[in-house]
Amino acid sequence: MALSREQIAMRVAQELQDGYYVNLGIGIPTLVANYVPEGMQVMLQSENGLLGMGPYPTEDEVDADMINAGKETVTAITGASIFSSAESFAMIRGGHVDLTVLGAFEVDQLGNIASYMIPGKLVKGMGGAMDLVAGAQNIVVTMTHADKRGNSKLLEKCTLPLTGVDCIKKVVTDLAVMEIKDGAFYLLERAPGVSVEEIQQKTAGKLIVNGEIPEMQFD
Amino acid sequence: MAGFDKVVNSYDEAMAGLEDGMTVIAGGFGLCGIPEGLIAEIKKKGTKELTFVSNNCGVDDFGLGLLLQDKQIKKMISSYVGENAEFERQFLSGELEVELTPQGTLAEKMRAGGAGIPAFYTATGFGTPVAEGKDVREFNGRNYILEESITGDFAIIRAWKADKIGNLVYRDTAMNFNPMAATAGKVTVVEVEEIVEVGEIPPTEIHTPGIYVNRIIQGSFEKRIERLTLAKEES
Repeated sequence: MALSREQIAMRVAQELQDGYYVNLGIGIPTLVANYVPEGMQVMLQSENGLLGMGPYPTEDEVDADMINAGKETVTAITGASIFSSAESFAMIRGGHVDLTVLGAFEVDQLGNIASYMIPGKLVKGMGGAMDLVAGAQNIVVTMTHADKRGNSKLLEKCTLPLTGVDCIKKVVTDLAVMEIKDGAFYLLERAPGVSVEEIQQKTAGKLIVNGEIPEMQFD
Repeated sequence: MAGFDKVVNSYDEAMAGLEDGMTVIAGGFGLCGIPEGLIAEIKKKGTKELTFVSNNCGVDDFGLGLLLQDKQIKKMISSYVGENAEFERQFLSGELEVELTPQGTLAEKMRAGGAGIPAFYTATGFGTPVAEGKDVREFNGRNYILEESITGDFAIIRAWKADKIGNLVYRDTAMNFNPMAATAGKVTVVEVEEIVEVGEIPPTEIHTPGIYVNRIIQGSFEKRIERLTLAKEES
């Protein structure tokens, strides 16, 4: 069975480590915050200028001056700091954020990512995505393995305008966990009940399958 | 005005000197931390052919979106736009020019502009449409593109508190682009929630020193929320 959005987020949460500073993009990445393992501390960075983002506010706590990069009202945890956009992107570009999780339209076997622009459709902009992929050392991309028509999103070469080049090393989809290295997707894990053949068939780029591929484990 | 007293008493005075065709740098992220009254004054003045440097362009009836109604904006330099129907219409019809700029690059362009640095190299955007026509240089085995900084004829920003000589403090994430925008205007106008006496803000707690600020006006703010999200009720 393909993973749900929540299950993809649960699998990504297994990439977290105690003491990590983490930036979560909009969509599935945001859900990762719900699955931080018990006893582990991570601090969430929001690129509009907040380190130590907390949960959504109660009605009493709502404050128009406290928002996240998705423009949603949020709170700050004890120990949070608030700073300017330049400071925020100094953290990102300077490589100080330990893990970045973001969505994509396409990823290719060279680690290129396309995530902000579909020609012919209205282009709203890249926001902070280009800075994040250029600055982070450790990026996990979350997306469905194929689009609704069954076309693979894991390609030999991205077809859409790029957000960044040679920067993606790990992809978690609804079917598989893959590492990108040496110009190929290396299959690390498969979703429970999903066959290697199905993953192979839905991966347009070069897929390397070494030995038995374990199923993802969920507690 | 006497000495360093920068407080003005009318919006007319606050935006005096703004002319057609000028470049205006605006603080704010979405609708958070925007100088609401200064935007309203530009709408009232009817100044046209403006270039705005701002992360976003507001919504249809609030923020910079208000200036689209009478087609006062010629060009937007932003990282994320299109939260409004009129913007989309003007953009698709070619009436409005848009220069999409990565968010961190936009912040750095303002910071560098205010700091007298004409350009800088960044890895952001290398190999993407953003890099088209820009110089590329390799440092330590990695490719970087040359981005030019930005200054404005005016900067319009919002702060929480200002003392009368222009020392500023921002409130929570309403800070965002405001500190960089404040440094990058030939004329920097600040709309604030509260004007306090000189000395009330401890020197080490000042976010923007008064040297960057030219005019201060007491505002009153609607503080509209773009996406209200609430905690799920605990059962």
